[in-house]
Amino acid sequence: MPDETAGLRLDAVCIRLNGRELVAVDRHIRPGETLTVMGPSGSGKSTLLAYVGGFLDPVFSGEGRVVCGGRDVAHLPAGDRHAGILFQDPLLFPHMSVGGNLVFAIPQSVKGKAVRRSRASEALDDVGLADFFDRDPDTLSGGQKARVALARTLLAAPNFLLLDEPFSKLDMQLRGQIRDLVFDKAKRSRLPVILVTHDAADAEAAGGEVIEIGRDAA
Amino acid sequence: MGAPLRRRQLAAPFPVLRFAPAIAIAVLALPVIGGLAGTFLPAFGYLPALGGESLSLEPFQIVLAQPGLLRSCGIALAAGVVTAAVSTVLVALFVGGWSQTRTFRFIQSLVSPLLAVPHAAAAFGLAFMIAPSGFLARLVSPWATGWDRPPDWLIVNDSLGLSLMLGLIVKEVPFLLLMTLAALPQVRLAASTRLSASLGYGRVSGFLFTTWPAIYRQIRLAVFAVIAFASSAVDVAVILGPTTPSALPVRLVQWMNDPELTSRFMASAGAVLQLGITLAALLVWLLLERIGRMAVMHFCGEGRRFGTDRAIRHVALTSVVLTALIVFGGLAVLALWSVSGLWQFPNVLPDTLTLRGWMRSMPQIAGPLWTTVTVGFASTALSALIVIGSLAREGQVRRAGNRWALFFLYLPLLVPQAGFVFGLKLFLTHGGVGATWMALVLVHMVFVLPYVFLSLAAPWRAFDPRYEAIAAGLGKGPWATLLAIRLPMLSRAILVACAVGFAVSVGQYLPTVLIGAGRLVTITTEAVALGSGGNRRVVGIYAFLQMLLPFLGFAFAALVPALLFRNRRAMKVA
Repeated sequence: MPDETAGLRLDAVCIRLNGRELVAVDRHIRPGETLTVMGPSGSGKSTLLAYVGGFLDPVFSGEGRVVCGGRDVAHLPAGDRHAGILFQDPLLFPHMSVGGNLVFAIPQSVKGKAVRRSRASEALDDVGLADFFDRDPDTLSGGQKARVALARTLLAAPNFLLLDEPFSKLDMQLRGQIRDLVFDKAKRSRLPVILVTHDAADAEAAGGEVIEIGRDAA
Repeated sequence: MGAPLRRRQLAAPFPVLRFAPAIAIAVLALPVIGGLAGTFLPAFGYLPALGGESLSLEPFQIVLAQPGLLRSCGIALAAGVVTAAVSTVLVALFVGGWSQTRTFRFIQSLVSPLLAVPHAAAAFGLAFMIAPSGFLARLVSPWATGWDRPPDWLIVNDSLGLSLMLGLIVKEVPFLLLMTLAALPQVRLAASTRLSASLGYGRVSGFLFTTWPAIYRQIRLAVFAVIAFASSAVDVAVILGPTTPSALPVRLVQWMNDPELTSRFMASAGAVLQLGITLAALLVWLLLERIGRMAVMHFCGEGRRFGTDRAIRHVALTSVVLTALIVFGGLAVLALWSVSGLWQFPNVLPDTLTLRGWMRSMPQIAGPLWTTVTVGFASTALSALIVIGSLAREGQVRRAGNRWALFFLYLPLLVPQAGFVFGLKLFLTHGGVGATWMALVLVHMVFVLPYVFLSLAAPWRAFDPRYEAIAAGLGKGPWATLLAIRLPMLSRAILVACAVGFAVSVGQYLPTVLIGAGRLVTITTEAVALGSGGNRRVVGIYAFLQMLLPFLGFAFAALVPALLFRNRRAMKVA
């Protein structure tokens, strides 16, 4: 039954801080679908992404299975989970060129310098930034940086996407544009997505199920 | 879709690095503890290799019978306490009076490079400035003073040790100032300045009442390190200190270098005495701390505003500027002496310039220069590897170093060098190791590692971990992330930490003299040895090289990232 194993399943996932429950999720996110987690800042919604991505700070304790492609990845090192992550900031590696950032993301199995370079160029072209290969990331505009960050994430052929308020620092006009681009790419690549946000418009654009956390907290 | 997931044995990343913190602690603590044991046992007569098989107090009796010992001890004690007191007060008044002003930022950039100047070079520079035949006297002679020849005054090597203390203060003010600046982000300076000003307090009093106590708590270990260093510094005391009798650290080295084997017992007892003097200086300081705290609390409780503090602000500013000018001026005069031909007394500038001194010294310089550079490189590189390993491991287990880690870091800076390096030397000589290059590198590491750690820890911990989360999400393992992301992005901070470490190694006098045992000499030991000869041209050459090497280190640290990342705007200094 391919439908049951495809996508990302959070099986009784629960994250605690000093024994207090912050987030508890039990959901199956199918390929191309988005699960949106909403909550006020400090509610611990980002820790869910950290747990799924494999970089949860040890002050928190997490439990539950994260099933991807039919196997539990919750105990794999972060480097083996292939989680595509987008944060509030584009976080392009400042010591590499724009193209260098992309080439870094291409899986090792793609051999040959020329091949890797042309893959990166295609990805740039794909987000409307042809000819940006040799640019210094710091000279790009906010919107351009966001596009490069998205291209970088997709190039690594991730198993799923983790979005940590990735649009909140963009101005209104850009926000809608980048948001559409991200969800369009995710749908087309049939990636399961977890989106953390406190912006209702993000949740609406994502179009998937929305769960709210931290409301009842005193 | 998606890359295939491989099941992999669950393993902590960086298993190799598990031992890095332990190695760091071993490098710091073993030489100190072992060295202390190696000092204490012979001090009480126990050194089987030389026939001392039973405990006795005879070594102490010999030391205490030395003429003028009380005065030697008194000078060492006073140097420790006075240097720390003047430097701390000056830094407190200066930061209080001028922080968040343009003047402050300017002075900060003026004073920071002083940290890299080795103590001995700064001391020579000072001597060349203030000596009766020095630059300052020449500036005002003969038109103001009527001097045709240098006055017969004892300014350098004065019997009270005042120029010794001045030589220590000009180096410790930049150190404490930078430690204070590092502590500033953790206190809410701007807010409390505004608040206390709105209540009518003067800048300085408002700062001392509201902010200084929190800052002092953070720089306290550094102040203790200043006391330990100032009360036991050998090189500065040789150059600037009194001679009849000399300060205890200087006499100690004479005893330690005595070829007579039996004087090793006496030298060990002297080293224990030095530990006692430094401890006494620290105890006096604890008392002064208490008095200072009571005074601040008393005035604070009375609500004294000290609203007009113009005078004291300007005194603080002038003093800090003077310390910088004296050192920089002194270094310039040093450089000038190294290329001077005839330079008769009242003339402000040399009559002729010549490179003859350099040509003549070149053959003798090559050996010490090679030792200085290779030992500096090796001790810095090894320290940097251990520090990076420890910090990576710390980030891995997400646990910042605790109190004990800080204690071990400061241990070699708080125990006077003479107290444990001599014991270490005895271990090495009687253990058959002797004066080897590797032994010298290891001993330098004891002092280099803490400084590399202290200067790299803050930028390392401030690194945005989300970069690593992204790299991991891209399928990169911990090593690839460390090598391709963190280390290049921190390359500037790492190279600066290395430059600091290299400067520390270049400046080491006592450990080099004792462990090198005359067979391994560096620019620093040569400079101090030649200083007593009094040939200003030769001293100028060696002292100039001594300050040039750290400077080149920092230039390298600034240039390499600038070239490597010349097209990367975000990699430039903010």
